[in-house]
Amino acid sequence: MPWMPRAPRPPLARMQSRRARPRALLVAGAGAAAVLLAGGCGGQSTLDTHSRQSQEIASLFWWMLVAAGIVLVGALGLLAVGYRRRGRPGLPVIEQTKQINMWLVVTFGILLPLVALVAVFVVANFTVASITDAPAQGSTAMTIEVVGHQWFWEIRYPGTPAVTANELHIPARTRINVVLRSSDVIHSFWVPELNRKVDMIPGYPNRTLLYADQPGVYRGQCAELCGVQHANMAMRVVAQKPARFRRWLAGEAHPQAPPATATQRAGAQAFAANGCSSCHTIRGTPAHGTVGPDLTHLESRQTLAALTIPNTPAELRRWIQSPQQVKPGNKMPSVALSDAALTALVAYLDAGR
Amino acid sequence: MATATTPAAQARVARLERIWKEPPGLVGWLTTTDHKRIGILYLFASLALFGAGGVEALLVRTQLAAPDQHVLGPEAYNQVFTMHGVTMIFLFVIPISTGAFGNYLLPLMIGARDMAFPRMNALSFWIFASSGVFMYAGLALGHGPDAGWFDYVPLASKQYSPDSGIDFYALGLIFNGIATTATAINFIVTIFKMRAPGMSLNRMPLFCYAFLAVSFALVFALPVLTLALVFLELDRRLGFHFYDAAQGGDPLLWQHLFWIFGHPEVYIIILPAFGIATSIIPTFVRRRMVAFPLVALAEILVAFIGFGVWVHHMFAVGLPTVTTIYFAAASLIIVIPSAIQLFAWITTIITGQPSFQTPLLWIIGFIIYFIIGGLTGIMFAAIPFDQQVTDTYFVVAHFHFVIFGAAVFPILGGLYYWFPKVTGRMYHERWGKASFWITFVGTFVTFFPMHILGLLGMPRRIYTYHRGLGWGTLNLMETIGSYFLALGLLIVAVNLGVSAFRGRRVGGDPWGGDTLEWATTSPPPAYNYAVIPTVSSAYAMWDTDDRATDAANLDRGERVLEQGHRTPASTALDADWDEVLDMPSGSWAPLLLALALAGVFVMLLLGHWVIACGFGALVGLVLLAWHSAEPQAG
Repeated sequence: MPWMPRAPRPPLARMQSRRARPRALLVAGAGAAAVLLAGGCGGQSTLDTHSRQSQEIASLFWWMLVAAGIVLVGALGLLAVGYRRRGRPGLPVIEQTKQINMWLVVTFGILLPLVALVAVFVVANFTVASITDAPAQGSTAMTIEVVGHQWFWEIRYPGTPAVTANELHIPARTRINVVLRSSDVIHSFWVPELNRKVDMIPGYPNRTLLYADQPGVYRGQCAELCGVQHANMAMRVVAQKPARFRRWLAGEAHPQAPPATATQRAGAQAFAANGCSSCHTIRGTPAHGTVGPDLTHLESRQTLAALTIPNTPAELRRWIQSPQQVKPGNKMPSVALSDAALTALVAYLDAGR
Repeated sequence: MATATTPAAQARVARLERIWKEPPGLVGWLTTTDHKRIGILYLFASLALFGAGGVEALLVRTQLAAPDQHVLGPEAYNQVFTMHGVTMIFLFVIPISTGAFGNYLLPLMIGARDMAFPRMNALSFWIFASSGVFMYAGLALGHGPDAGWFDYVPLASKQYSPDSGIDFYALGLIFNGIATTATAINFIVTIFKMRAPGMSLNRMPLFCYAFLAVSFALVFALPVLTLALVFLELDRRLGFHFYDAAQGGDPLLWQHLFWIFGHPEVYIIILPAFGIATSIIPTFVRRRMVAFPLVALAEILVAFIGFGVWVHHMFAVGLPTVTTIYFAAASLIIVIPSAIQLFAWITTIITGQPSFQTPLLWIIGFIIYFIIGGLTGIMFAAIPFDQQVTDTYFVVAHFHFVIFGAAVFPILGGLYYWFPKVTGRMYHERWGKASFWITFVGTFVTFFPMHILGLLGMPRRIYTYHRGLGWGTLNLMETIGSYFLALGLLIVAVNLGVSAFRGRRVGGDPWGGDTLEWATTSPPPAYNYAVIPTVSSAYAMWDTDDRATDAANLDRGERVLEQGHRTPASTALDADWDEVLDMPSGSWAPLLLALALAGVFVMLLLGHWVIACGFGALVGLVLLAWHSAEPQAG
């Protein structure tokens, strides 16, 4: 079951031998619904973990859930006693003795919670926090910059000209320092299967650690209300084998190849003539707009408009034609284009396909 | 009730009736200063707004019932969920708990004839009602606020929200805050000064401790919100840069200010519910609360520590570790006073003789949901876990268990419990139980799956989601649950509505209640008590000797004060007899002042600064008329 935590690593490893049992109980308790709903590939379940960071957080959750379950069952048990003994005052032995009643409250209301709370505090906020926090300087192999925009993610690879959007490629099994900024309102960078979320706040650059256990696709989504299209601000994180990642990055760093066919050339003209370049950049051309995503090598991305629709020629055409129907309220204006211009534009943007 | 048996006593009661009589009909309601009538006005106004907030909730649930739906567009969705939050917190829970329950019951429980400042009390209501109309005018005009109830900047700044929705929010909440502050001050003075002589602080019911704690929390928390909102309006309307990072301002300043208010607010929402629970439990389990002093202390402590935990709403912001660790520790410490109360209730129930009638059922439901909401709350003090699931449906689940399960359940239980006191009639028990069970199940089905959805990665405040994410089934379940829940609430409304006219007539004390409000008739007379009650414990109604003393006092004319529109004031701690207060009578001033103030806020919204000043002058004029001479009854 993909949503179940995998075997933990230290420092929670000492709990390992005892983990099987509560987890079995929890699996039974969570029920069939949760199994049905287990995030498949490219999902964003906090329990379908693909890094040590998300794994530790998930383990922390399962342990807190066990403790919480005990408290809840205990309290329900006490209430059940009250129901069983309705109409009869007092309890056996305890009765209504003031002193004993008081001590019951002190034990359950003060002493036991204190022990549990201290345990949660130490494990969560020292042990797990040290693993999930922003990486120490120099402890990572590379830095990637992600900038939140209404409503897409700009992704930059410092040291290379590569800039892309909504598709964050990373090398697997590599510690990556991600610098987080915002160009407008507050967004929150969240790829739950890899690590916890961190807000992107204007004026406050943040950092987070990304690490993927194995190559795969992980979904991320903006987690702070950022306006009308907050719901459609998602991201694919593509973890690749390091060699493959290097090839991808080298390709992405190249500027767009000049249009090769007549249609593509017409598309390039349409792009320039209709003001597309005032918002978009295509590296290697005069288009240097910064309002919308960088469209260099657009054909290599799987989706459009931050995972709103798949990136196929037909969908791209629909998007250019009526962006406000596809993603109402987004910043892309509807531009009246002839059919031929539209076809040319799609051909131009999809040139490398 | 100290019934008047002798002719002398009957004459005294008749005299009180005459002195405390308010004008009949609509004029009476518009000019009333009677805390009970103001409480009823608050009740109906806040229930109407509860209905509006509930419809908004159902709209949200309908939109999310399945993936890729189009019931609401994204803009409408953002307005609707924002107004849902604002309504439930500022226009329903706080006004119903403080305005309706507090107003109606506090003076009765402490044996007073009214609040300390009856006209200010009326003013609170009229301001609250105007602020509700003000904020809903925005939504009705299509300019509802849309940045969520905590309204983060820069999203709420002029640049990203040029529409007037945020101005409706900011000015509406400043306006609303005036009413709440006035109520809180009124409660504090009433609790300290108006207790029946003899009701020293340690003889005061726990309900009153809860309201005392809430009132202090409000007085200290609201100015911070008002300040934050004034900064916001200055930024939006006059080009200031408090929150503008590009100009040296700080978007995090809003978050700090908002949550310095916002977390105490959570306890402000929940403490009255604790007070209601500590009123209902002793009556239905036939024993005094276990650990009374610990519970009283815990109620105060919760309100106090609640001011030191606000950063746990900001763990994902990227603040320094030393900051977050401190606030995580404080957030764990606040669990202790809550746990004390929780186990005090449970121990009281299991060592008493519980009779599971409708009001107690709501309290049992409250205890269960408060435990669930509290336990997930503790999880949020585990910083990495908080950072993983904050702003997901997990947190939505958590605070709905706390706010709906733990704050609204006791309010509903309280409606049933005090219904016979307010109407003189009994509700329908079987339908009462049915309404509880339907609401209880509906609540669980609506909110519990949200935990799982949050863990599966569903962020809050999204108007739609893709089919492939696998969130559809649970969302559909929640939507079905929400309609079931609405049905339960509808049954509550119908049961109480019908019973108000057709219910069995009851006397002053149908439950064998523990606190003073049961000592008077149902409904209570305008002057509450013919005799200011004698009190020797926090369970005054169970001290039968004292109630006999009241009857004797009425015969002798002691503690009756039938010489005027009067009530006694006592010393703050020991409640020794201090002085006799001449209470103000009904007046148009509160209503007029609230309307003038509404004019100020409407003009501020429209940007007509000069006219706003004109209305401000009108406010001043009404204040002058406020202290017009009192007709003294002889």
